[in-house]
Amino acid sequence: MKRLLQSKETKKTLITFGIVIITYIIVEILMLCGLLSNQLQGLLVPICYYVMLAISLNLTVGILGELSLGHAGFACVGVFTGTVFSICMQNVIAASWIRFALAIILGALFAGIVGILIGLPVLRLKGDYLAIVTLAFCEIIKNVINVIYLGKDSQGLHISTTDTTALGMEPEGVVIIKGAQGVTGMPQDANFTIGILLILITLFIVLNLVHSRDGRAIMAIRDNLIAAESVGINITKYKLMAFSISAALAGAAGAYYGHNFNNIKAATNNFGYNMSIMVLVFVVLGGIGNMRGSIIAAVLLTLLPEMLRGISEYRLLIYSIVLIGMMLFNWSPKAQAWKEKMKVRILGKLKKNQKEVQ
Amino acid sequence: MKTMKKVMSLVLVSVLTLSMMVGCGNTETAATTWKIGGIGPVTGDASVYGQAVKNGMELAINEINEAGGISGVQIEYNFQDDECDNEKSVNAYNALKDWGMNILVGSVTSGCCIAVTAETAKDNMFQLTPSGSSVDCIINDNVFQVCFTDPNQGIGAAQYIGANGLATKVAVIYNSSDVYSTGIYEKFNAEAANQDFEIVSTSAFTNDSKSDFTVQLQQAKDAGAELVFLPIYAQEASLILTQAAAMDFAPTFFGCDGLDGILAIENFDPSLAEGVILLTPFVADAEDEMTQNFVSKYVESYGETPNQFAADAYDAVYTIKAAIEASGATPADGISGICDKMTGAMTTISVDGLTGTGMTWAATGEVAKEPKAMVIVNGEYTNLQ
Repeated sequence: MKRLLQSKETKKTLITFGIVIITYIIVEILMLCGLLSNQLQGLLVPICYYVMLAISLNLTVGILGELSLGHAGFACVGVFTGTVFSICMQNVIAASWIRFALAIILGALFAGIVGILIGLPVLRLKGDYLAIVTLAFCEIIKNVINVIYLGKDSQGLHISTTDTTALGMEPEGVVIIKGAQGVTGMPQDANFTIGILLILITLFIVLNLVHSRDGRAIMAIRDNLIAAESVGINITKYKLMAFSISAALAGAAGAYYGHNFNNIKAATNNFGYNMSIMVLVFVVLGGIGNMRGSIIAAVLLTLLPEMLRGISEYRLLIYSIVLIGMMLFNWSPKAQAWKEKMKVRILGKLKKNQKEVQ
Repeated sequence: MKTMKKVMSLVLVSVLTLSMMVGCGNTETAATTWKIGGIGPVTGDASVYGQAVKNGMELAINEINEAGGISGVQIEYNFQDDECDNEKSVNAYNALKDWGMNILVGSVTSGCCIAVTAETAKDNMFQLTPSGSSVDCIINDNVFQVCFTDPNQGIGAAQYIGANGLATKVAVIYNSSDVYSTGIYEKFNAEAANQDFEIVSTSAFTNDSKSDFTVQLQQAKDAGAELVFLPIYAQEASLILTQAAAMDFAPTFFGCDGLDGILAIENFDPSLAEGVILLTPFVADAEDEMTQNFVSKYVESYGETPNQFAADAYDAVYTIKAAIEASGATPADGISGICDKMTGAMTTISVDGLTGTGMTWAATGEVAKEPKAMVIVNGEYTNLQ
């Protein structure tokens, strides 16, 4: 146990878990004291969702080292399978937590399967090519969902790609997916506690994978493909493993997020390339391969535009400027050199002070 | 390096915690003014509609405040952007709740409105949507509409075409990603079976593919359509008219209230809209004093001609005024108390507004008013009798 704690990696992992749990406790206390505004309470579920997306995308981008722009597509699969399942089972499974857990698992499963199906042909590509193909797949997923009409009556499920009248349902039947207008009427089961649990599970899966034998193989592929191949690592297997796990986790996140609203539709803003790029921004800003960084970046960037509501019209402009500023501050070589300098100076002063005290 | 990281994460955690505290401390103090909140897209693709509603509301509220408020109580007003996104719309609603809103006008678009409705039902907050026209918007008892519901418009349009013998072969082009458009289309399609015309072609487009309509128009042309029904918004309709003219296809075009404002579309040749028929409750060129007053004030304040969304929003504020006066609610009643009183009063009031005279409401939240059929002649909207 002692040796385990001494390991640098374990310590880092534990700190990451600690930050999530401490944040959870603080937020819960604030909520109990009635100190948390409605706006922030409403944001908790979306924040958890974006954090999960960022962590899972970091697995593809940071650990596998492949640029994927299709992450929102996998979340979209999760949203729709999860919510459709919940609506169908609303009267069958009474205990909401069992139904919700099953919906999340189903969302993850379907997204994982789609991940494998897409990954098989796509992972033969590298770099920019892969990015473009994943972007295309993300759009395909969104557009396919936009033409599906799904209804349910006593005869069972009806599906069509034209419109609701083509479903030919009994008058008392319910339309579940209404094409581009999305799903309406799912139970709103999502809450903050479940979100934090899912974040912890996501972190656990990703960090464990990274520190496992498989994880090292995946990182070896990232660092040098030819060398990895030459020592007998099965490239396709490990690439597919990372990619589909990442997709499945995004699907779970999506299923969770879908249960926060009364209506959800697959639009460009929330499940198209816009969102994929947004999640990539979380990952890049937080540091590629750095899970803790992506969590913090996702939280900050989700809160920021909402916190800026006070300046109404200029909100999105300021948000973009702040984003540019943050990127520059975090990643420009000049800023990094400046940060190094400041660190040396501060540490030097601290040491000096300590010496004086002694 | 490690200490630095530790310090950084500590700092970030505390910043996060602190930022959570910002805007807190909203204990339920009894309000002394009416705080009306609005939600709609003022940025992004749908910003035309949100901006119009925002301006229309502002105009009405300023008028009421100048005249001494509602029963002597002034109105405060706050409009939040939702970028036409369900999640953002709910965020905006929560932000408005923190601000102390006691009555909601919104959301502007149907999809967002459905998402917000679930939240207002939980809080029992009175909600009046100026333009969320889907039936799903008003499934809860606390929500009312100023605009027509989509099904009513679809049935009305089909009956109008049938009764006046406008055509025997009709084509429909609609937006399948829009609740408004699909809602009208579905009912139009159902009602068409009872009418004396035949739908010869139906084609759809989505928000992602709304720039080229030649395929849809060609399909309508090949089917020999004499009339093309366009249950869509003016922006897309202007493109359809332009592209139809380019391919020498000249049927009668027939639209609903979404087509209002088509003459004001930028880079659109208004002569192409000649002969277009639309069923709409509001036109900016109407002769009555109320409309002219509104239009001149609107042009003066915002520098553009108001569309139907602005008129709906203007009527929404006056409807709220009428409901408050009829119910005797005061801000001190609290959100839920106000809602209960106003919901009860809504079915008893009758409002003369820009979008209709003698508007009344059913308990379901649906409005009853007469659509007017207009035809565009010489670049102006003219009543069609």
